[in-house]
Amino acid sequence: MTSVKWLTSSTARYLAGRVLQAVIVLWAVYTVTFGILYLLPSDPVELQLAAANVQVDELSPAELAAAKQQYGLDQPLATQYFDQLGGLLRGDFGQSISLHRPVGELLAERLPSTLALGATAIGLALVLGGTLAYLAAYVRVAWLKTVLNRLPAVGVSLPPFFVGLLLIQVFAFELGWFPATGTQGASSLVLPAITMAVPTAAMLAQVLTRSLDDQLAEPYVATAAARGLSRQYVQARHALRNALLPTLTLLGLLLGATVTEAVVAETVFSRPGVGQMAQQAVLAQDVPLVQAIVVLAAAVFVVINLLIDLVYPLFDPRITHTPRVS
Amino acid sequence: MSVDLAPELGTRVVPEVAAGQRSPRRLGLLTARPGLILALLFVGFVLVSAVVPGWFTRYDPNATAGPDKLLAPSAEHWFGTDELGRDLFSRVLHGSTLTIQATLGAIVIAVVVGLTLGVVSGFFGGWPDSVLMRVVDVLLAIPRLLLALTIVTALGFGTLPIAVAVGVGIVPGFARITRARVLSIKALPYIEAARTGGASWTRVLVRHILPNSWGPVLVLAVLDFGVAILAISALSFLGFGAAPPAAEWGTLISQGRSYLITSPWLTLLPGLFVGLTVFSLNHISRSLEELQR
Repeated sequence: MTSVKWLTSSTARYLAGRVLQAVIVLWAVYTVTFGILYLLPSDPVELQLAAANVQVDELSPAELAAAKQQYGLDQPLATQYFDQLGGLLRGDFGQSISLHRPVGELLAERLPSTLALGATAIGLALVLGGTLAYLAAYVRVAWLKTVLNRLPAVGVSLPPFFVGLLLIQVFAFELGWFPATGTQGASSLVLPAITMAVPTAAMLAQVLTRSLDDQLAEPYVATAAARGLSRQYVQARHALRNALLPTLTLLGLLLGATVTEAVVAETVFSRPGVGQMAQQAVLAQDVPLVQAIVVLAAAVFVVINLLIDLVYPLFDPRITHTPRVS
Repeated sequence: MSVDLAPELGTRVVPEVAAGQRSPRRLGLLTARPGLILALLFVGFVLVSAVVPGWFTRYDPNATAGPDKLLAPSAEHWFGTDELGRDLFSRVLHGSTLTIQATLGAIVIAVVVGLTLGVVSGFFGGWPDSVLMRVVDVLLAIPRLLLALTIVTALGFGTLPIAVAVGVGIVPGFARITRARVLSIKALPYIEAARTGGASWTRVLVRHILPNSWGPVLVLAVLDFGVAILAISALSFLGFGAAPPAAEWGTLISQGRSYLITSPWLTLLPGLFVGLTVFSLNHISRSLEELQR
């Protein structure tokens, strides 16, 4: 019923509009990063030649020109801008300067590991955050409720790299349950996933606890209780469904931040993923690689939030993308 | 997309804080006061020690002592010593100087630029508003840490670049909140009264609109102080901070990693220190928010 109503012609128009908007945002992101990387006072030519292990000072003018030509840095800025933009549209991300390989190839190689890590982390975050929020709303013992309510604040305050190192110390070195580094099998996924999940779970728990508390104060909860339904049933079947909506929005934002969070987690656990590559690319000041990763991460962010917006009406029939006829 | 979501999130969260102030949690808020005092004391300690680290430790952060290397925490060396025998507590306190400088720098950039953008946007409206807000939308679509990494790539490494990188990342939030505030104040009767009374727009802006826009910006600044510390520690942890032997908090934690098995305190104690600082800041800003209502 809902799905039929969902796919009308005005929805299609809405969809087209949103997709176009997403494309414009991505173009703007590319432009902003290009602007930062190429227009700031630092000399992009020198940066990139240095990244390619070329000693700029020792080059003769002719050699410098040849080196510039090799990396396409002798072109006017506008030409470079449109060349790269055209390349991006064709799926060509350019050439990494420090690794001497096509950026697209590097990303394709590293992305699966990061996605597996991100998916595990979000799954963990949902379970941890959801359970914590549910218990915080359900528990009636005052001190326990306070503890459960305060716990997420601790989670968002701890630096992720500290959490990662603490986990390594306890679970890899002391207890020896999981490997400290590497990518061998599922067991090596556990610690980095927890590292990424802690702040995410904490944020989810904060939002969900608040919205659960709000929902539990609504009259329909009292009505359901008056009809003789148990507290647990009312909270699980009535309040939770309504409370999940704001969480869905936040979940979109957090999902979109996967690549970002992976930067720290993958660096701590030495996992060869996109995040670790980002850290190395910045250290080497590899401009094309940094730019490709940022655009990719923004694309993930924009697409996921677009999807979340589109599925919203499925969860909340009160929200429609079709104009209301009054 | 972030364009639509951010205000939505805001409106959802804010009223709930207000709701929390009603009867049952009021008591919780009062019993939480000792927590607030502790948080203020700790943040005060961090700030003072960042300005004059010498008051709290008699060790030189860079003085090496071969025989005293990798000592466990003791009454003599509160946080133990590192691989060169340097006193870790002293290094953390001196690291505060750099980290707090970077954080303050980031916040100042965010407040000044964000406030300016927000005021221009909200006050003038029209096409400047549209253009600025679209730019803000785009900045919000780039995850903060990646935006910071882009800026660091372009600017190079060090305390100032990471301050700029983090500051630019939190500008959009300040711009948004200032714009909203200015828009709502602009519509109030006393602005109309001032105009009717013959005050120029400049005077209205400086005397009436700006002073009344401070409140939410201040709360956001305290809240983002914690966020900025985390971001700056993360950037210096990743290796983009000041050159050795100077060390921000993140750098200290990163350096201790090589000794994680034998001397875990080298990473865990500074990490705990950062966490405690951010937790205290978050606690203060939340209390501020609750008090303001």
